[in-house]
Amino acid sequence: MAAREVFSSTASNPLGRPRGFWSALHLDPILLFLLIALISGGLFILYSGADRNLEVVKAQSVRFGVAFVVMLVFAQFDPSVFRRWAPWLYVLGLAGLIAVLAVGVGAKGAQRWLALPGLPRFQPSEFMKLVVPMMAAWYLSRHFLPPRLSRIGVGLVIALLPMLLIVRQPDLGTSLLVGMAGLFVVFFAGMSWKLISAFLAMVSVAAPVMWFFGMREYQKQRVLTLLDPQSDPLGAGWNIIQSKTAIGSGGVDGKGWLQGTQSHLEFLPESHTDFIVAVLAEEFGFVGVLILLSVYFLIILRCLFIAVTAQDSFSRLLAGALTMTFFIYVFVNVGMVSGLLPVVGVPLPLISYGGTSTVTLMAAFGVLMSIRTHRRMITA
Amino acid sequence: MPWGEFKDTAAERRLFQRRAMVMLVFVFLLLLVLVARMYQLQVVEHDIYTTLSDKNRVQVQSVPPPRGLVYDRNHVLLAENRPVFSVTVVPERVGDIDHALEQLVGILDVSDEDLERFQRRLREPRRPFQEIPLRYDLTEDEIARLAVHRHELPGVEVEAELVRYYPHSELTAHALGFVGRINRDELQRIDPVNYAGTNYIGKSGVERFYEELLHGKVGYQHVETNARGRTLRVLERENPVPGEDLQLHIDLRLQSRAHELLDGRRGAIVAIEPETGGILALASVPGFDANKFVTGISVPDYRDLSESKDKPLFNRALRGQYAPASTIKPMLGIAALDSGAVTRDLSIWDPGYFQINSKGRRWRDWKRGGHGWVDLTHAMAQSCDVYYYEAAIEMGIDTMVDYLSRFGFGEDATLDVAGALSGILPSPDWKRATHSQPWYPGDTVNLGIGQGFMLATPLQLATATALIANRGEWVEPRLLKDIQGDRSAEEFLPAETHEPLQLKDPSDWEFITDAMAEVMHGSKGTARASGRGASYRMAGKTGTAQVFSLAEDEEYDAEEIKERLRDHALFVGFAPTEKPQIAVAVIVENGGGGSGTAAPVARALFDAWLLELSSSGSGSLVSKADLQNEVP
Repeated sequence: MAAREVFSSTASNPLGRPRGFWSALHLDPILLFLLIALISGGLFILYSGADRNLEVVKAQSVRFGVAFVVMLVFAQFDPSVFRRWAPWLYVLGLAGLIAVLAVGVGAKGAQRWLALPGLPRFQPSEFMKLVVPMMAAWYLSRHFLPPRLSRIGVGLVIALLPMLLIVRQPDLGTSLLVGMAGLFVVFFAGMSWKLISAFLAMVSVAAPVMWFFGMREYQKQRVLTLLDPQSDPLGAGWNIIQSKTAIGSGGVDGKGWLQGTQSHLEFLPESHTDFIVAVLAEEFGFVGVLILLSVYFLIILRCLFIAVTAQDSFSRLLAGALTMTFFIYVFVNVGMVSGLLPVVGVPLPLISYGGTSTVTLMAAFGVLMSIRTHRRMITA
Repeated sequence: MPWGEFKDTAAERRLFQRRAMVMLVFVFLLLLVLVARMYQLQVVEHDIYTTLSDKNRVQVQSVPPPRGLVYDRNHVLLAENRPVFSVTVVPERVGDIDHALEQLVGILDVSDEDLERFQRRLREPRRPFQEIPLRYDLTEDEIARLAVHRHELPGVEVEAELVRYYPHSELTAHALGFVGRINRDELQRIDPVNYAGTNYIGKSGVERFYEELLHGKVGYQHVETNARGRTLRVLERENPVPGEDLQLHIDLRLQSRAHELLDGRRGAIVAIEPETGGILALASVPGFDANKFVTGISVPDYRDLSESKDKPLFNRALRGQYAPASTIKPMLGIAALDSGAVTRDLSIWDPGYFQINSKGRRWRDWKRGGHGWVDLTHAMAQSCDVYYYEAAIEMGIDTMVDYLSRFGFGEDATLDVAGALSGILPSPDWKRATHSQPWYPGDTVNLGIGQGFMLATPLQLATATALIANRGEWVEPRLLKDIQGDRSAEEFLPAETHEPLQLKDPSDWEFITDAMAEVMHGSKGTARASGRGASYRMAGKTGTAQVFSLAEDEEYDAEEIKERLRDHALFVGFAPTEKPQIAVAVIVENGGGGSGTAAPVARALFDAWLLELSSSGSGSLVSKADLQNEVP
């Protein structure tokens, strides 16, 4: 093992440029820079979104510290470690999800947490955001790519099984992200366009079926509210009306930092968690939104580059899926806050206040950095 | 190798590159969708959302104007505004609302009605963090107890508003009227903009008649509020225009004296200053505490008032319609003289009864044996009925109605007294319309002594008496004396409509006044006991109205019935006879005879006004020199 480490660290520098510092830490400086820029900018918005509560910013900084350490740890593993452990982690994750349904704890009618004696409370569903793409990538990369139809079927099952378990908690947002992570692996593996079209057609048929049989009343309500927020302006429509008002009143250049009336006068709910992008849009305007989306785009660009330049199929599939999962976070959150999508509990990645998703996201970036920095000499 | 199969890594890499390219385009397009959405919201629809945001943040609050105060003629405050505290609850901040209510009920006196209203408001749609009132008009004790428990009750607030208060409520309730919460009917009538911040409106009396003046003009302030409705700062303010302060002709001391004189009885007193028409006193006894009605009277309290046999809520001075009986004789005396039905010297023989023709019905005089030969002066002084029966037949009903209507009977002749009734001035037309019967000569005879169909309110009797005191110059009775500031009361008083009553021989006024003075000062005057020892000359007329029957729904109680079957005692008069300063009408229900019960009341009022009260006001016409000469 030791010999391998030495070998790969030299191999990560094929052109012989002096990159010793970053290689030694197994970090990608470009991605790291972009993440730090996003996170530090996000803390300023959080300060405003939390109505100048410095305690919130401090607590979030501590979480970022923890998440950064997690990222650093994940970056140290060789991607092959993830590959070898994937099946076992997947089984463990499924067991965790089943346990949550049986003995989980939670609040507001949803069971999401597992409190095992001797361990800190954790959400197995968060863990699955990483493990599902690993498992799917492990399974599909064992064989020829593009995969045969039966293998695509298995790949989909790998994604859908935990998704169904998470929906039952119920946690629509997370199940969506977990399922998407698996589907992206299948897509990157080379599922044929014909099949993709057929799959999308199936989903569009399944949607009304879901409406009548699968969705709970509060979920239906959210969809209805999206279509017509004015139908219940003080209840379910309140959030969406107020967030659109916050965004729209920001205009091109915004009302200025800490000057947002919607958030500071408490009209905007969840202004430091799921709806924080409305605070940004209100205070920094369209310009602020463009900058934020640009930073996200650059991060995605860098991650896709890491995926494309990865050395084996497993790494490529995993990196690609994790990148797209990150993008789905951004799109679903901004889409829901701006009233394009129904309200599902998806935070704005690395900016919304909250610990669990931050740690998972930074772990994913750790995996990407591991893929970037553990390179073997290319042999025949 | 662990993969088990041969893999074409180069082909797989190319496949992945193509897919990654597709994803990149996918990501880019979706980000463009987000950007387009943001562009739509922030650039295209910016103005809409700016307006929405300002609407959220900036509330236009109406600032209610303070209601104008009401003073009596000596600047004694009759109606003022005092802060009243109510307790409100913000359900969002309370947490367990049932527990909080339970706790509040323990601290405060909360009725089931209050709780029911609160629960109803709680279920209605409302803005988040809007407060709901639980109980109005907290006592100082309750405020203090609430302050002690305040830390245990988040979301419970005490709020103040200005509410009408009548410091002399029992005395002024009938004269001033009162305000109360705006009800649904009134809501239709009022200007919703001007009353945006107002909860109270004049319900009766002066409060109702001068509502517009007293209310003032609403003000506005633009305030920045947070989502909980809490005001953070005032951005802009337009001050309300306070209601006008009114000064009334009423003299609280005379009003109070009137109440004292009728204390323990049922009745009414109206006193008018003839020169100005100003109503000096408007007493209806028993009175009631109008303050109870302002914030809403409780059901048992209201039942007590409305079911009381003494009818304290009934305004006898304006709305009590009584047979005027002999108090009508001075007016009829004027009518008989001016129409030529009688002359000053005409004497008739009174055998104790009157017949239209020798076989017909006999109308009795109150004096069994009759008065013998009587002229007009004697007929007034001794209240001889037969003289007036004769005069009535001589005049005929049309002439009587003509003159009586010019004295203000059968109409509400007041300028600004809300709710005054017009009584009944019967005529052949009226009788045909209401009773479907022709007018009989006997009806004319009855009217000659103010009995039969005729009804008049104490206010009408005082008005007619004041007309005699003014020698025919009409000055309509009014309450409003002045308005604070530069504007004069005339601007707001309705126009005067009555022509002066001009007699063919104006000295007839003096003749009738002298005849009325005989009532008080003559050796046979019916009220000579009340006129005795006065330092000034007064004119008056007593009256005694028969009470015929009980209302059907009254309970049988021997003592009670005996008392309530007694005659009503009436008196009208003015003093002094030269340049009169006060004209009064007094009625004491079931008081017995006018001379025994009502006349002394009037004399006490004359004394109070002429000798004590008016001198401190605008100066007395009874000079000190006169007093020294006349008082032994």
